[in-house]
Amino acid sequence: MALFRNIVFIAALAGLIAGLTMTAMQYAGTVPLILKAETFEGAAEPAHEHAATPNTAAAPHAHDHDKEEGWAPADGFERSAYTALANVVTAIGFALLLVAASELRGGMSGWRQGIFWGLAGFVVFTLAPGLGLPSELPAMPAAELGQRQIWWVGTALATGIGLALLVFKQSLPLAVLALALIVAPHLVGAPQPESFESPIPEALAHNFVVMASVTSLVFWVVLGGVAGFVRSRAQQMA
Amino acid sequence: MNVQQTSLPIQSSATSTPRLAQIGLAIFLGLFVVGVSGFSHIEAIHNAAHDVRHSLAFPCH
Repeated sequence: MALFRNIVFIAALAGLIAGLTMTAMQYAGTVPLILKAETFEGAAEPAHEHAATPNTAAAPHAHDHDKEEGWAPADGFERSAYTALANVVTAIGFALLLVAASELRGGMSGWRQGIFWGLAGFVVFTLAPGLGLPSELPAMPAAELGQRQIWWVGTALATGIGLALLVFKQSLPLAVLALALIVAPHLVGAPQPESFESPIPEALAHNFVVMASVTSLVFWVVLGGVAGFVRSRAQQMA
Repeated sequence: MNVQQTSLPIQSSATSTPRLAQIGLAIFLGLFVVGVSGFSHIEAIHNAAHDVRHSLAFPCH
């Protein structure tokens, strides 16, 4: 089980560093926007003159969120601590997938190759699912959660397989198949909400998509780069 | 497919478990970890990881 141990060790270290980096970036970039959006979440929609439904436009969204009454970390330090923890855990999970996948191809030779693996991770786990389901702020309209999760997983899987076929197989038919796999989820289309009416200003939502995408890009580059670096160092020391 | 181009040195001493099985185990573990942190419907886990889910563009709410 030496290989498994090595993968876990590399993933844990890369995940720790990338997760903490991500936490810092989130507090500079995305979390302020989430907190801002949450102020719209409770508040009623800005006065919409709907002839038929004068006062109830915001009810469905507000109601949806009222259901969330389970335990939640208190705002401030506790919320930040759990965010950091969740970032590190998620990063270690992604790093396990990335490092294990790279071992199928002989492993990352160093930090530079690691960065390319990281970029692939960004394409598979952020870019492709984000085309159909852009990062959303709290209170934004969205389709049923389970359906969106299925589409997200299917898209990541199809894009990952497609990318691997494109890069590692030198065959034209397989390249065509790869492209079809990458495109297919977007032809199927992501689950859409019934109504697009949103209490969140469009500029705020757009700003969030940009911030979430850019921080994710840096996150994946750091994750891959550190993993490649640690692996090459471990190899030198042995 | 040419799988073993370079390999980690420590591994050469012990090859009791097949290489692919070890990689598969690591992938399984990774899927489990990401599944819990990003996809669990358990309310407490959702709330703890809330800002992370939004920032990493996991489907949320």
